[in-house]
Amino acid sequence: MAGDDRDHSKNCRLPGDTSSHPDYKSTIGNGPSAIDNPRLASAWSALALVTDPEIPVLGVVDMGIIADVRIDGDRVIVDLTPTFTGCPALDVIRRDIQGALAGIGETTATVNVVYHPPWTSDRITETGRRKLKEFGLAPPQRGCGAHLVDLETVACPYCDSTNTTLESLFGPTLCRSIHYCNACRQSFEHFKPVGQ
Amino acid sequence: MATYETLSSLTGAIRNAVMDLLYRLADDELMIGHRNSEWTGHAPILEADIAFSSMAQDEIGHSQVYYQMLHELGEPDPDSTAFGRKPREYRCASLVCLPKGDWGFSIVRQFLYDAAETVRLNALASGSLRPLAALAIKLRGEEKYHLMHGRGWMLRLGSATPESKTRMQCALEQAYAHALGLFEPTEADETLAQAGICPHEGELQRQWESAIAPVLSDAGLKIPESAKPAYGGRVGKHPPDLKQLLDGLQLVYNIDPSAKW
Repeated sequence: MAGDDRDHSKNCRLPGDTSSHPDYKSTIGNGPSAIDNPRLASAWSALALVTDPEIPVLGVVDMGIIADVRIDGDRVIVDLTPTFTGCPALDVIRRDIQGALAGIGETTATVNVVYHPPWTSDRITETGRRKLKEFGLAPPQRGCGAHLVDLETVACPYCDSTNTTLESLFGPTLCRSIHYCNACRQSFEHFKPVGQ
Repeated sequence: MATYETLSSLTGAIRNAVMDLLYRLADDELMIGHRNSEWTGHAPILEADIAFSSMAQDEIGHSQVYYQMLHELGEPDPDSTAFGRKPREYRCASLVCLPKGDWGFSIVRQFLYDAAETVRLNALASGSLRPLAALAIKLRGEEKYHLMHGRGWMLRLGSATPESKTRMQCALEQAYAHALGLFEPTEADETLAQAGICPHEGELQRQWESAIAPVLSDAGLKIPESAKPAYGGRVGKHPPDLKQLLDGLQLVYNIDPSAKW
């Protein structure tokens, strides 16, 4: 799996980050940052603290929905590639990003919603996947592409058994499905894999 | 073949044809989304209720993005376009206007619609209009869950009991002519095909027929051979069901169109 993870993480590398580390979170705001521009680096640091209102343990950077951050004159511009197009949390996330950037003095930041690059669940970082699991939400399978997927053997986030059953393709939010673990006899939710 | 990098760069006949296409896409999504939302609180089991409510949310969200693209082409803002038109100004096919019917009908309609949408999104994804291709790539990743849901129910209800099978066949016979109406050719057809933005409707229909045939066969259902396509929706001629749908959809908006929410 580790090699597989690295393949997919290239989609969600920070601009300028040439390291092979699959988890780019570690380059944000501490240590030898790959970003030369301190203003850009602090913008990424501020963004790392913005969380998804529907999955409060997960930051928008770990979620992989920040497609690009750049500076245009005196403005910071953030490109946001949404998870699900109809996600009702989008407006809240956009407002929270603007609030976080205003908090570091970037009061004129613009947040664009973009569809290219399309968000896929492979954009979620390793840290993000770990946090999802700790939250009780099974992380999505890697590299599912656009085709139909087998959701009958999703690993249980509590006991790791794959002896599980799909209960419902749709759950409490657009991005979740509902499953039952036959081993530890608990229902659990799963972050649905979305590919291109 | 030339590619079109932005919506704002479109001019003349191509611009008009793209607007026609976007209205069809947006209006279909809005109406099927609204019809699906009518199952919220009424579906036979909780998971079915959540599924139709989620699909409604997806489709209405997709319509909003198409309306936003139309706004970039100079049309009014998405809310005004979605809620502020007369029935004859909508460009949806009759399939999405029909009442939700029984559970079997809603499943059949959703399955036929999602298969058609998937065929169209795949074509747009490799089309020459870049912003629409990018969006199509995005949307088809979401739509696969609708297809998986619909396929599962088609197979289950098609082979469950004699009653379920009869009802599904009956629903298919009611819906099929309207589903063919999704591929009603418009004046934009030739321009869109020539520009490499979207293939001819007839070509999409052939792909759709190949996509649904194996599932219908596995479900033990027969395709109504003599169905005559229900055309008219793409030029604003709708069954009375659209008026009934819009009366509900536009009720709150029309109380005060200038209200800020």
